[in-house]
Amino acid sequence: MDSDGSGFIELDGIEKVFDVRRKAGLLRRERHQVRAVDGISFSVARGEMVGYIGPNGAGKSTTIKMLTGILTPSAGRLRVAGIDPSRERTRLARRIGVVFGQRTTLWWDLPLIDSYRLVHRMYRIPDKRYRENLERCVELLELGELLDVPVRQLSLGQRMRGDIAAALLHDPEVLYLDEPTIGLDVISKARVREFLRDLNAQSRTTVLLTTHDLTDIEQLCARVMVIDHGRLVYDGALAGLHEVGESERTLVVDLERELPPVELPGARVVKVEGPRQWLAFPAAASAAPLVARIAAEYPLMDLSVREPDIESVIAKMLSRRKVPDPAVSEEVAERSAL
Amino acid sequence: MADGLSEGVSERVPKGVPPEGEWSRPPLWEGLRAYGLIIAMWIRSTMAYRASFAMTAFGNFAATAFDFVAILLMFSHVDRLGGYSLPEVAFLYGAAGAAFGLADLTFGSMDRLGRRVRDGTLDTLLVRPAPVLAQVAGDRFALRRLGRITQGLLVLGYALVTLDIAWTPLKVAMLPMMILSGAAIFASVFVAGGAFQFWALDAAEVQNSFTYGGTTLLQYPPTVFAKDLVRGVTFVVPLAFVNWIPALYVMDREDPLGLPDWAAFLPPVVAVGCCALAGLAWRVGLRAYRSTGS
Repeated sequence: MDSDGSGFIELDGIEKVFDVRRKAGLLRRERHQVRAVDGISFSVARGEMVGYIGPNGAGKSTTIKMLTGILTPSAGRLRVAGIDPSRERTRLARRIGVVFGQRTTLWWDLPLIDSYRLVHRMYRIPDKRYRENLERCVELLELGELLDVPVRQLSLGQRMRGDIAAALLHDPEVLYLDEPTIGLDVISKARVREFLRDLNAQSRTTVLLTTHDLTDIEQLCARVMVIDHGRLVYDGALAGLHEVGESERTLVVDLERELPPVELPGARVVKVEGPRQWLAFPAAASAAPLVARIAAEYPLMDLSVREPDIESVIAKMLSRRKVPDPAVSEEVAERSAL
Repeated sequence: MADGLSEGVSERVPKGVPPEGEWSRPPLWEGLRAYGLIIAMWIRSTMAYRASFAMTAFGNFAATAFDFVAILLMFSHVDRLGGYSLPEVAFLYGAAGAAFGLADLTFGSMDRLGRRVRDGTLDTLLVRPAPVLAQVAGDRFALRRLGRITQGLLVLGYALVTLDIAWTPLKVAMLPMMILSGAAIFASVFVAGGAFQFWALDAAEVQNSFTYGGTTLLQYPPTVFAKDLVRGVTFVVPLAFVNWIPALYVMDREDPLGLPDWAAFLPPVVAVGCCALAGLAWRVGLRAYRSTGS
């Protein structure tokens, strides 16, 4: 994607092996190795916005920690903006922004603006640039009235917006977001997403985000990487993930009156509730012919198409790779029926 | 996301990048600067609760003052302690207290490192463009610890006006040197103790036994302790250089281990050595953390 062919973030065969010591008895300790990241390679071009997802303990955080220079990889080659993160941690720090969803970097007892002033001086941001960036963040993240409020008095959503602003004041070229919408209410989530979308579009900031909320990915990322057991199991467009996961879209139809389940080739009714029926059909197929047939053969009042929930898509994909897990597929069925 | 990608993306000059020279600043200066910025933030945070600050500062002063009251009580029953008079013990006490207080003020937060490792907040320090040691040392900077320094200096002042010392320029110079070197030796113990917490998250207690325990030890004359213990704090963990050895020189007293007179001038050398070792331990510890992330 990048015009010069080389990625802005590049990982080549990155591994991270932890030595875990566990108490076994009073004094004896057992040692065993955990491969948190097991040979990951990918490349992200400047200006891309990539979702990095996977189950808990899959190695997401470990990867982010290696990308930000916190952890040293056990093997492989890693470059961010041409810098080896673990060797030149502080040099890299000036060029990246990191937001840890659950750990604020803001100063608890001080007004929000004080945290920004510290960033201003610690990163040696030129005064003019600092003012411009602060102004822009304050406007877009609606922080104006919060600047003089002690951080401890901010709501979770306000604090997250405050944290995102703090990570952007020094014009980072890459922004890592670890669970940026965790615990936020619907409105705060929407605000954060809108901001990130604009940031990526206007400032061309490369964004890599991990999340459990797959709506984040649906709304923000054209590219998704799925990691499981320390390995990259999918890297590509969101649409492709649906194909791999054989996911289904749902057509919700409102009929004039209660009728027996609609019978159409290429779709199956998964739920009936009074005059409303839910029809599942392959995500890759077009909804148009289905809609046309229903409209022609049934008394149709209204209809809508629902995109598949990525969580279920991933669960499906992972379960197909391993032994099928009935609990998961049940959950999938339930979700797609919603 | 696709639009605009075609324009010369790779040619875009990263605007946040400072000129090359920016990165060649000496780490010591960068560390001091970051430390200054961080403690300024903590002082402001403390001042958000002025009344609480005043009370804890007074409490800190009072708690340490009781230490000395205990010594005063002892001297109400005896005239000499290990052959030392009250002003002489006060001299030892004040010097140790001031040196330790200074180290506690500047590096006393090192024992919070284990907690930061455990709850993962150390990572937020590692993504900032500043030395981690400076950030950890400045963490939760507590101005109330000035209470201990004040108390130490008051007791030292009392000793200086009561003691009959044959002052020479060297002895006068010995006073600030003793306190500064002593503070550096204690600070090294704090840093080494912090580094040890990368492996043993609860090592803060071990470190405290050397710092808080060490300072209590140094408040008494070396003659009241067993020779082996005195040897230990001279040659193994060189706390004796904080006050005992230089103070004995100032007071014209015989060194219990029979060290030569010039040993009194060693504290700065010992301090530099300790700082180097502590710095090394810190580097090793941080490297271990970054490779294990425990």
